[in-house]
Amino acid sequence: MERFTSLTAIACPLGLENVDTDQLLPARFMKRSRADGYGGFLLHDLRFTADGHPNERFILNQRRYAAAGCLVARRNFGTGSSREAAVYALCDYGVRCVIAPSFGDIFASNAVKNGLLPATVAEDDARLLLGALESAETPVLTVSLDACAIRCGDLQIAFSIDPVRRLQLLNGWDDIDMTDRHRTEIAAYRRRRVAAVQWAFPKI
Amino acid sequence: MTHRTLFDKLWDSHVVVMREDGEALLWVDRHLVHEGSHHAFRQLGSKGRGVAEPSLTFGVADHYVPTRGRPAIADPDLAGMVERLRTNTSRFGIRHFDIGDPAQGIVHVVGPEQGLTLPGLLIVCGDSHTSTHGAFGAYAFGIGASEVAHVLMTQTLWQRKPKRMRITASGRLGPHVCAKDLALHVIATVGADGARGHALEYAGEAVSALSMEGRMTLCNMSIEAGARCAMVAPDETTFAWVKGRPFAPTGAALDAAIADWRRLATDEGAVFDHEATIDATTVAPTVTWGVSPEDALPVTAAAPSPDGGTDARSAYVREALAYMRLTPGQKLTDVCVDRIFIGSCTNARIEDLRAAAAVLRGRRALVPGLVSPGSSAVKRQAEAEGLDRVFVEAGLTWVDSGCSMCVGMNGDLVAAGERCASTTNRNFRGRQGPGAMTHLMSPAMVAAAAVTGRLTDVRSLPPLEG
Repeated sequence: MERFTSLTAIACPLGLENVDTDQLLPARFMKRSRADGYGGFLLHDLRFTADGHPNERFILNQRRYAAAGCLVARRNFGTGSSREAAVYALCDYGVRCVIAPSFGDIFASNAVKNGLLPATVAEDDARLLLGALESAETPVLTVSLDACAIRCGDLQIAFSIDPVRRLQLLNGWDDIDMTDRHRTEIAAYRRRRVAAVQWAFPKI
Repeated sequence: MTHRTLFDKLWDSHVVVMREDGEALLWVDRHLVHEGSHHAFRQLGSKGRGVAEPSLTFGVADHYVPTRGRPAIADPDLAGMVERLRTNTSRFGIRHFDIGDPAQGIVHVVGPEQGLTLPGLLIVCGDSHTSTHGAFGAYAFGIGASEVAHVLMTQTLWQRKPKRMRITASGRLGPHVCAKDLALHVIATVGADGARGHALEYAGEAVSALSMEGRMTLCNMSIEAGARCAMVAPDETTFAWVKGRPFAPTGAALDAAIADWRRLATDEGAVFDHEATIDATTVAPTVTWGVSPEDALPVTAAAPSPDGGTDARSAYVREALAYMRLTPGQKLTDVCVDRIFIGSCTNARIEDLRAAAAVLRGRRALVPGLVSPGSSAVKRQAEAEGLDRVFVEAGLTWVDSGCSMCVGMNGDLVAAGERCASTTNRNFRGRQGPGAMTHLMSPAMVAAAAVTGRLTDVRSLPPLEG
């Protein structure tokens, strides 16, 4: 898994509530192989009109935000479907961090497994950050995972993330590597369960 | 041990390793995979690993299966997705409920129906609506592709223990008010992220009185309140439903199981991190007006005004109304629909079809619509009861089982600019197709919308003569 330590990038002040994973990656694109890349489909139906042209009114299509490596949104980002492809779309587009007051649980878990930082900030701080990016000459911010801090011009704000997920991101740890160290315990648990809870194993 | 909640008991019994940092490695009793698992199987291949427990893993073709013209699949892309799951399950010796299998259906209908879903189990699936299975007193939750790969490789999953939340629904639901109305009412009350990070237990008279189908609808929709998982303590209703299912325990094993299941209920005096109560007698038939399931109101209400509230909230309401082509203050019962859909893992079980048919019997739908049963078994039962004829005689289209028009990825779509009254779970922008507008409601309410061509309080339909 890709490590995350710090990021200095253009940040797009998306400013929307409840950005669900159907918005992040519409279902019709999920058949595709990851090798082909999902970046072109990120927020597809907001970025493009029905006839396939870029929607000039959508903020990510403004030239100053086109190269965004970070998104700033309102509450409940990534709500909805468990599709990890929503995270693939963000990563393949070049987004390494999303900043919001809250995230869908499954989305946040999927994000970390792909080296994407879900940074939780207070509602008021999200509002300040959105304002700072909109008024900045160049909408750049720096995110330090080590310090759990975001700097945007003169604005300094703190963010939170589960401490285990923070370590995983900082070190690029894969779950499977950690799990493989516990093979003995898994086998022992299975034996106990077979003996004590026979009904938990289906008749095949 | 101290007083424990139902969730505490489920959690404790599945911990394989408890790390000092609070992460626990949990044992998975059932892993359900659908066509979307292709990313996970690819990860397996790239790591050169196999499936740790094929006999605890089950495949179901549902997301990409067409609902007409089967078992042939005309669209090569859809056929490819169904074929990929067939290949992956067959390669690793996984029992697969494929298109054409008499037990095929939507994964969250098939699991319970086959007796794979049982109280006390930990059940995962790469689908957020896995919360459905909690209706049996199981610990069931949706996971992403990397986690699916991890479960395939190890039959375990790393988790941090969620907080505990209980919603107690006192009193009984009124006539024509059902689990879907209760679910939408809960989501509107707590918000689309109101149960985020929590294991949610439902209790109270209104919940105990629900059938298993109703409990499944309620738990299914809990992900729309952000819950990590949702559950109802197993009781006699649960045991009676499970008994005799193909994969369920029988004889002495069933007796032992029921003895274990009776001990799952939350202990008197157990403490929850968050508690809420709802007066079930006040819940009305409920519909959504916006683009999140939290945008739900009694059908007797009017579309909200964007004025008042924070700037962010005002902007949200304004944009939601614009997408849904509604005006502030517009009566919801004045909203005309272009089509209806009855189906999905939320509301396509036999009881749902009966509720819709009870409204449609002897009436004609003014708009076209699709009825897709939750499983092939539900389809057979509905046909044995003559429900299919009720739908067809009302002018609706009766099709095969799958995720159908809920997900917009198998050919069943709501056209751009069309408004659909739907028994599904998500009214997200474009969920049922690009530019489609979705109003969520119960099966009886969708049936009522079908016969009047607009959002309708099912309680207001005049009784049929004769």
